[in-house]
Amino acid sequence: MSRTLLTGNGAAAWGARLAQIEYLPAFPITPQTEIIETISAWIDRGDMACRMVTMDSEHSMITAAGAAAATGVRTFTATSSQGLLYGMEMLYAVAGWRVPLVLVNVSRALAAPVTLEPDHNDVLAARDSGFLQIHCATCQEVVDTMLLAYRLSEDKRVRLPVIVNLDGYYLSFTREPVELPTLDIASRFLPAPTIRTDQIQASQPTSQGIAVLGGSQYSYFRYEQHLAALASLSVYEELGREYGELTGRFYSALELYQSEDADTVFVMIGSFATKAKEAVDRLREIDLKVGLVRLCLVRPFPAAELAAALAGKKGVAVIDQNLSMGQGGILFHELTSVLYNRPDRPRVITSYVGGLGGRDISLEDFRGIAEETAQAAKNGHAPPPRLLYTAAELTQMRGLQEIAKTQKNSRGHTL
Amino acid sequence: MYRIRMHGRGGQGMKTASRILGTAFFLEGFEVQDAPRYGAERRGAPMFAYVRADRKTIYERGIIVHPDLVVVSDDSLIAMATAGVLTGLTAETPLLICSNREASFYHERYDLKCQVIVFRLPPTTSSRSPRSSSCAGAAAALLGMISPHNLNQAVAQELHTLPSNLLKENQQAARTVFDKLQDFKGIVQRRAKMEIGRPQWLDLPLEVASIAAPIIHAPASSLQMNTGVWRTLRPTIDLEECIACGQCNTYCPDGAISLNTEGKPTIDYDHCKGCLICLAQCPAQAITAQPEQEEVS
Ligand code: SF4
Ligand code: SF4
Repeated sequence: MSRTLLTGNGAAAWGARLAQIEYLPAFPITPQTEIIETISAWIDRGDMACRMVTMDSEHSMITAAGAAAATGVRTFTATSSQGLLYGMEMLYAVAGWRVPLVLVNVSRALAAPVTLEPDHNDVLAARDSGFLQIHCATCQEVVDTMLLAYRLSEDKRVRLPVIVNLDGYYLSFTREPVELPTLDIASRFLPAPTIRTDQIQASQPTSQGIAVLGGSQYSYFRYEQHLAALASLSVYEELGREYGELTGRFYSALELYQSEDADTVFVMIGSFATKAKEAVDRLREIDLKVGLVRLCLVRPFPAAELAAALAGKKGVAVIDQNLSMGQGGILFHELTSVLYNRPDRPRVITSYVGGLGGRDISLEDFRGIAEETAQAAKNGHAPPPRLLYTAAELTQMRGLQEIAKTQKNSRGHTL
Repeated sequence: MYRIRMHGRGGQGMKTASRILGTAFFLEGFEVQDAPRYGAERRGAPMFAYVRADRKTIYERGIIVHPDLVVVSDDSLIAMATAGVLTGLTAETPLLICSNREASFYHERYDLKCQVIVFRLPPTTSSRSPRSSSCAGAAAALLGMISPHNLNQAVAQELHTLPSNLLKENQQAARTVFDKLQDFKGIVQRRAKMEIGRPQWLDLPLEVASIAAPIIHAPASSLQMNTGVWRTLRPTIDLEECIACGQCNTYCPDGAISLNTEGKPTIDYDHCKGCLICLAQCPAQAITAQPEQEEVS
């Protein structure tokens, strides 16, 4: 194994290469495009035996990917943001087909207003689609997760498509040291694709994605999909151990950082969670006993694991890099719902929304969250959900609104 | 941890410079993180790249607000507030500028408290200046822990697609600048951990949609955006040579050329981005181009 500097996009491309993908339907969107450019250059040079096809949209791209996967071809595709949403109809369909497929989403906040920088509203919009979701925090995790995702997706007990998520800019364009598994090690874990017994074959025609009416059969198929998603949790744990024994890098549904003895625990997903680790180290120096629990899996939702990791904590602060309009942070609501019936649930759970559109989450923010949550645990009641947003930011906004003549129309009339 | 921020314009190779520096650190056994940040992705627009290097795993991410070293590949960026060159600079942060001027010029002009170090681009035989390698070499010299061997290796790794003569020229340039700045070896100081303050959070008030919707009501507000600062080459029209054909006015993609009643053109330098399409189109060859540099007032 060699250690080399790779961007998150480079790591995703290497993951696809080590997974020996055979088919790649593609459509460009920032900040994902570099993945496809990297792979297409490899195909061009003869480094990869893969068929790449450029499509006319993400809708076609995901359709083609699902159809190819149904024929037993190991398929990869990637998108971001609006692209994921444009293909949304087919995410549900492909998951319903029960075909194995890995799709990388490079998170980018959704329009409007338009931006290029990340948050998780794009990928979380797909949380009910039936795709499993694995969220990466480092470039190393991206390459490893690609291999895990194919094993998980192709496992007979699961056979569901998987989204591997990495944050735009903070991972996609950021180089970090990555230990690349050799092809030998990678293929010991994820063997080269072979003819699967469950694929479509011309000699044995099947009808897939069939229509059912009346609801009863529909309920059966849909609930089976749900049960498979739930069952994928223990499969992932099994694979994470197996991968660790081969490479020394173990993976699990949760990452725990200094959480065992912590009074206050941050709960997060994605690359901003490494900022939380820095905050944990620094805040412990000023006697704030904090820790971090990061969800690596968002679908399936690791409910029991979370409950165990957070049992008996004084305070838990969920930091959502997403916003469900009219409700609040998505993870906060998912977490509180799985903890509600537990007698050993944390005393308070606080909700913070931050990092929208790539807005930084500073050490000051983490300190504020830790102190406010510790205080809430003492009083026994949680403060209302909070947007991480400072007075200085609003002052800057006011300046821009002044330039935009926000309160006047073009004829100078007050609106 | 070392935190280095490198400022340039799109197309000047600062992403490559940050990668050369990142790879050099990595070859020295450091943990590394490097990344570019672009605003509008266009040649000439201000951008920056950053490098973090440490002996342990790096958890910090994103833009560097408090750098230990700032490198500037183009001195005209310093005056540009939106480029953010001076953001987070303290008296302890060396400012390293690729320039033909003296350091004292910048001290006086910007009332800088920090140490300013200037270096020149080594002469080249090719048309492509080895700016990225030179900036990386200069930064490596000031940092002090990067060996010439690993600097050389890093240039080779990052520029491996170049033809061998150009690669050699880049390696030489990096080394020349590195050697010239040896007097400043190791002057970059890692910042002591800063105290973590408390956030000045604010409860965002509900505002009516006419205020809170992302709409710009002001007409022609793009005029306020001085896109002329993106220009690296300045077109100048010799009105003696001009035959008033109006081609430049037609072809300018930014509408930055207006014609007077005699059909003679004037360039709006606040919005000319320096693409030089006008120069290419002018049938009378009345337009010439000169490199931009910060004007001495
Ligand atoms: S260089 Fe010429 S064509 Fe280009 S923006 Fe400036 S005036 Fe217009
Ligand atoms: S294209 Fe040249 S000759 Fe024609 S108006 Fe412009 S400057 Fe004059």
